[in-house]
Amino acid sequence: MSSPALVRQPEDSMPATALAEAGSAPAAITRPSTPPSFATLGLRWYRLNRAGLRAAAIGVISLLAFLLVWHLLTTYRVVFFVRFTNVPSPLAVYDSFIKAIHDPKFLMHILLSCRRIFIGFSLAAIVGVPLGLIMGRFKLVHEVIFPVAEVLRPIPAIAWVPMAIMLWPTNEQSIVYITFLGSFFPILVNTLHGMSLVDPVLVRAAQCLGARERSIFREVYFPASLPHIFTGLTVGMGVAWVSLIAAEMISGQYGIGYFTWEAYSLVQYADIALGMIAIGVLGLGSSLLIRGAGQLVMPWRST
Amino acid sequence: MSQVLANSPKGHIEVKNFSLAYETIEGAVQAVTDTQIHVRPGEFVSIVGPSGCGKSTLLNAVAGFLKPTTGVVTVDGERVNGPSAERGMVFQQYSLFPWKTVRENVEFGLKMRGMPRSQRERAARTLLGLAGLEAFEKHYPEKLSGGMKQRVGIVRALATGPKVLLLDEPFGALDAQTRVIMQQILTNMWQRLKISVLFVTHDIDEAIFLSDRVYCMTARPGSIKAEIPIPLERPRQQSMMMSSEFLALRRGLMSLIREESLKAMGGEINDLGMQGLNIELHGHSLADVI
Repeated sequence: MSSPALVRQPEDSMPATALAEAGSAPAAITRPSTPPSFATLGLRWYRLNRAGLRAAAIGVISLLAFLLVWHLLTTYRVVFFVRFTNVPSPLAVYDSFIKAIHDPKFLMHILLSCRRIFIGFSLAAIVGVPLGLIMGRFKLVHEVIFPVAEVLRPIPAIAWVPMAIMLWPTNEQSIVYITFLGSFFPILVNTLHGMSLVDPVLVRAAQCLGARERSIFREVYFPASLPHIFTGLTVGMGVAWVSLIAAEMISGQYGIGYFTWEAYSLVQYADIALGMIAIGVLGLGSSLLIRGAGQLVMPWRST
Repeated sequence: MSQVLANSPKGHIEVKNFSLAYETIEGAVQAVTDTQIHVRPGEFVSIVGPSGCGKSTLLNAVAGFLKPTTGVVTVDGERVNGPSAERGMVFQQYSLFPWKTVRENVEFGLKMRGMPRSQRERAARTLLGLAGLEAFEKHYPEKLSGGMKQRVGIVRALATGPKVLLLDEPFGALDAQTRVIMQQILTNMWQRLKISVLFVTHDIDEAIFLSDRVYCMTARPGSIKAEIPIPLERPRQQSMMMSSEFLALRRGLMSLIREESLKAMGGEINDLGMQGLNIELHGHSLADVI
């Protein structure tokens, strides 16, 4: 218990002992008097990161095991319900990878796909996030737009392909449009969800501090919804790739989806697997980019 | 510092003929009826009462979040029409903005007022220094303990220089030791700033220890059952809580609240001995006990 004498001196600044007791200070770490050696530092680092190291090691082993199983299945051409007779081996895929990275055409396929994702996804974010924020804040806008969105939302982007080809003058535009549609709805729905979960007490707190409508929107509703907005962006990015590949396979002339389909038509089986792996890596990379952006934008949520 | 902050006392709260009803499917439900309270400039007033008695409703009406069904709330003669920075509020759930650092939270009201960045940064640092939080200005609220969070909450509410400070069970979520220290800090700040405080709590000791006057409310529909002046001299010390004067006040308030709590829990209770009941009742429903 702190000494009662503390209250008797209102002219003092806050009594230090009282404050020390008022909350256990998380930043107060007692430091050893001598600087620790590299060995102890290394040991300490190892102890703190043991879980992470373990996960990384097991991850590497599991990937290697996957490659090994793939290799065995294809070298012995296993037929057991599924047929591995024509499936390319990892080494064959590696060979075609080495060939492909020196081939400007392959790089162009990848670049074009990335450009389509970039444009389609960016448009979806630029339209979806503000629309979700406005729908979450203004009831009338919600009431008008929500029914239409609910009807259009369950239609898979692939089902839009014929319509998109009719709507847009060029193939390129219709593919970007499909990509846009695929990512638009997850972004919109998650933004709306985030808006609906904003703690009303925080809005009240802002109001008692003199915040008006526009400031409350900018300072409370928007940052409070950000975690869900980023969930929407991550999901939207995944669906954007799904939609893009489907659209490229059906109506494309370029792009990594087209490359994969073309490889099948041309009986270049190693390129099928190469295309698939490229799509996987690109999808993974783009969702990592979004996660990184999220950590930059929401520093209060990291660690 | 104290000269800057300590203006002449202001913040005369008056609540007259106040009642508030909610609309439900079964008709209007009366939360608070026929209530008059006032807080004189610079006075520290608490409202205590059984849970659900409408004390928070009353406070929210003074803050401007709820409109009275009848009656009027004024501060310094001006009618309360909505929330404003003139009436600072501290919430039980701290309600700090998690996306703002401690200093940004404290700056918020000043930012809303349009104060330039460098100026409001300096003001926020000074205030955080007063509350012993300068070392934590760059932390996000999530990293702070409950007591620290609530100190930030209080400092944030005081940063804009409100006429009155409204607190809604601000220490309800804190452990006993932290709570005592927070009470001292609050008293300290109140004495420096000389603003009016309206404090809602269900903790009788807290109400007596802090207040100049205590209003005790009835069970729902809430109204003022009694108004108890607290003549304990200031500055108050922890040891006073053992004095006969304090204990007498405590006993009086206790019995007032006990009656109302029992009413709130099970309507009128006639035959059962009250003394026995209030021990047995602790944490159980009335039906369990009977």
